[in-house]
Amino acid sequence: MNEVFQRTATAVAIEIEDLEYGYQPHGVMALGGVSFAIRRGEFVGIVGHNGAGKTTLLKTVVGLLLPTSGRVTVGGVDTRQTTVADLTTWVGFVSQNPDQQLFAQTVVEEIAFGPRNLGLSEEEIRERVAMGIAMTGLEEFRHEFPPALAKGDRARVVIASVLAMQPEIIILDEPTTGQDYRGSRQIMQIARRLHEEGRTVLVVTHDMALVAEYAERAIVLCRGQVLLDGTTATVFSQPEVLRRTHVMPPQITQLAQTLPPELGLPTDALTVEQLGQAVVERVGQRRTDVFYPRTDVFYPRVPLKCRDEGRDV
Amino acid sequence: MRQHKGQQEPYIVFDDVSYRYPGSGHAVKKHPYVLKHVSLTIHRGEFVAVLGENGAGKSTFCQALNGVVPHSRGGRMRGRVIVGGQDTQQATVAEMAQQVGIVLEDPEAQLFTTSVLSEVAFGPENLGVDPGEILRRARWALEVVRLTGYEDHPPTALSGGQKQRLAIAAALTMHPQVLVLDEATSQLDPLGTLEVFSVVRELNEQYKMTIVMATNKGEEVAEFCDRVLVLHKGELIAQGTPREVFADTELLQRVTIRAPQVSQLALYLAEREVPADKKRPADEKHPLAAGCSLSAGCSLSALPITLDEARRGIVQLMRGAD
Repeated sequence: MNEVFQRTATAVAIEIEDLEYGYQPHGVMALGGVSFAIRRGEFVGIVGHNGAGKTTLLKTVVGLLLPTSGRVTVGGVDTRQTTVADLTTWVGFVSQNPDQQLFAQTVVEEIAFGPRNLGLSEEEIRERVAMGIAMTGLEEFRHEFPPALAKGDRARVVIASVLAMQPEIIILDEPTTGQDYRGSRQIMQIARRLHEEGRTVLVVTHDMALVAEYAERAIVLCRGQVLLDGTTATVFSQPEVLRRTHVMPPQITQLAQTLPPELGLPTDALTVEQLGQAVVERVGQRRTDVFYPRTDVFYPRVPLKCRDEGRDV
Repeated sequence: MRQHKGQQEPYIVFDDVSYRYPGSGHAVKKHPYVLKHVSLTIHRGEFVAVLGENGAGKSTFCQALNGVVPHSRGGRMRGRVIVGGQDTQQATVAEMAQQVGIVLEDPEAQLFTTSVLSEVAFGPENLGVDPGEILRRARWALEVVRLTGYEDHPPTALSGGQKQRLAIAAALTMHPQVLVLDEATSQLDPLGTLEVFSVVRELNEQYKMTIVMATNKGEEVAEFCDRVLVLHKGELIAQGTPREVFADTELLQRVTIRAPQVSQLALYLAEREVPADKKRPADEKHPLAAGCSLSAGCSLSALPITLDEARRGIVQLMRGAD
């Protein structure tokens, strides 16, 4: 229990120092000297070209891979000093392919598996399953066979089973790959809710629109090293640098960046709403100069006989 | 988006096609048919995108083009699929493979040799093509996908975008008339996605290759494709130019497909009546017509779907009203 206290007390969720990782003794280093810290409660997007080391990085955080050199600490504890099993109660990992993580006969059993292995009481297990189901909106699928569900629903089952472990940190590895628009949104909304509850969320994705809309901070990897690290607005304001790692800002940001500055629109807009609102405001401002009849304001109807000087129509 | 190229020769014909996978599991009982009464025509040299939600039948549709559906999958097919005059149910998969090349979502599922060169040579080798000709085709295909110089590299050492382009090259050495790509860019980084789209467009333009591409990338579809097919629960519920489809608000409410962000912006502004042009009668069917935000000529055809159009539209809007 001492260890638990020690972890919850720290303000840094994940600290990575000079992390190097090579898959083979003499192979190319997948990660070559990565350092950064993630505070508790941050929502971080990790982006970069295919093969930049994003998944490798995530796997070192959940303890599936141990650093070749350098250090990874999660909640103040070095991943070398602990076990993967212990880490699962701190870091939840949703892998790229949800089907790799599904094995039970029903959704409820799938979600109950983790808590049961923690040795919790049946009552506690039931509570956690109910929580996982409620967070992911899987009520109608409770007793379904997970592999028979649609892809978006399968991904949510995996997320629910990760949430049932009540991890402090949730890591999603390309959760929207192969998901349609609706599925992507649903998953990101769950991530947002977890973040609002104060949890730390890490998302790896190639979908920059989602990073711009949901994350606060972006860490950009290129060939196993950190290329950029900052707020999403700062990171996406550097398209030339991003290009080096095969990343482009979202389309709406590209539009904002290339508009003539004299229009007075924000050149760092990250979402459709942000740029849209700015246009609405600018156009609205200009209109206040001239009389402009508005249809959305109720103008009282003037009785006809007043206008016609007493003559009853 | 590109203009229609005017080719009128029907190359792919779906005539009232319905299909169900074999088996009687729970999922099958719930949705017996994954394609329902699909009828359509694709002309030679068209670049067609297939949009739809997960489970709409996009992959099944793609596999029906090279006969894998129904030949390899089993199940039951009604109606006829004709590709290049051949009925896919009469022809074998091997015969269809000479006409239709297919590239899957996961390139690793279709790469299996130890070098880039042997990978692209595999198809024509199996057709008994003359070795000199195989080498010529291989060089051409690798040049098209910009992998010249990688001949001796093991495919496993390539990046995701390169692997996907290699899978395309392997399909090209078969000299197909039709190239089908099923979510072939979904695992790629943004630039890798753009690379694949532009290579495919080159093939389409230079060799008049017919392209059918199932995808979720609205922005690239708007930029590169001639026509969009929208599948929903196995039915073909809409087809048209990218502009027609991305401006169809009723359709977009029914099916959650991803419109380009610039089209979403136009819609956002139109909903707020910017600019509020009171002289123009509101067309109730199409809200943008009541005051298309990003263009002076407010009509359906003025909806911006590409970055350049949106930029011009916004500049016009912000300056025009002064």
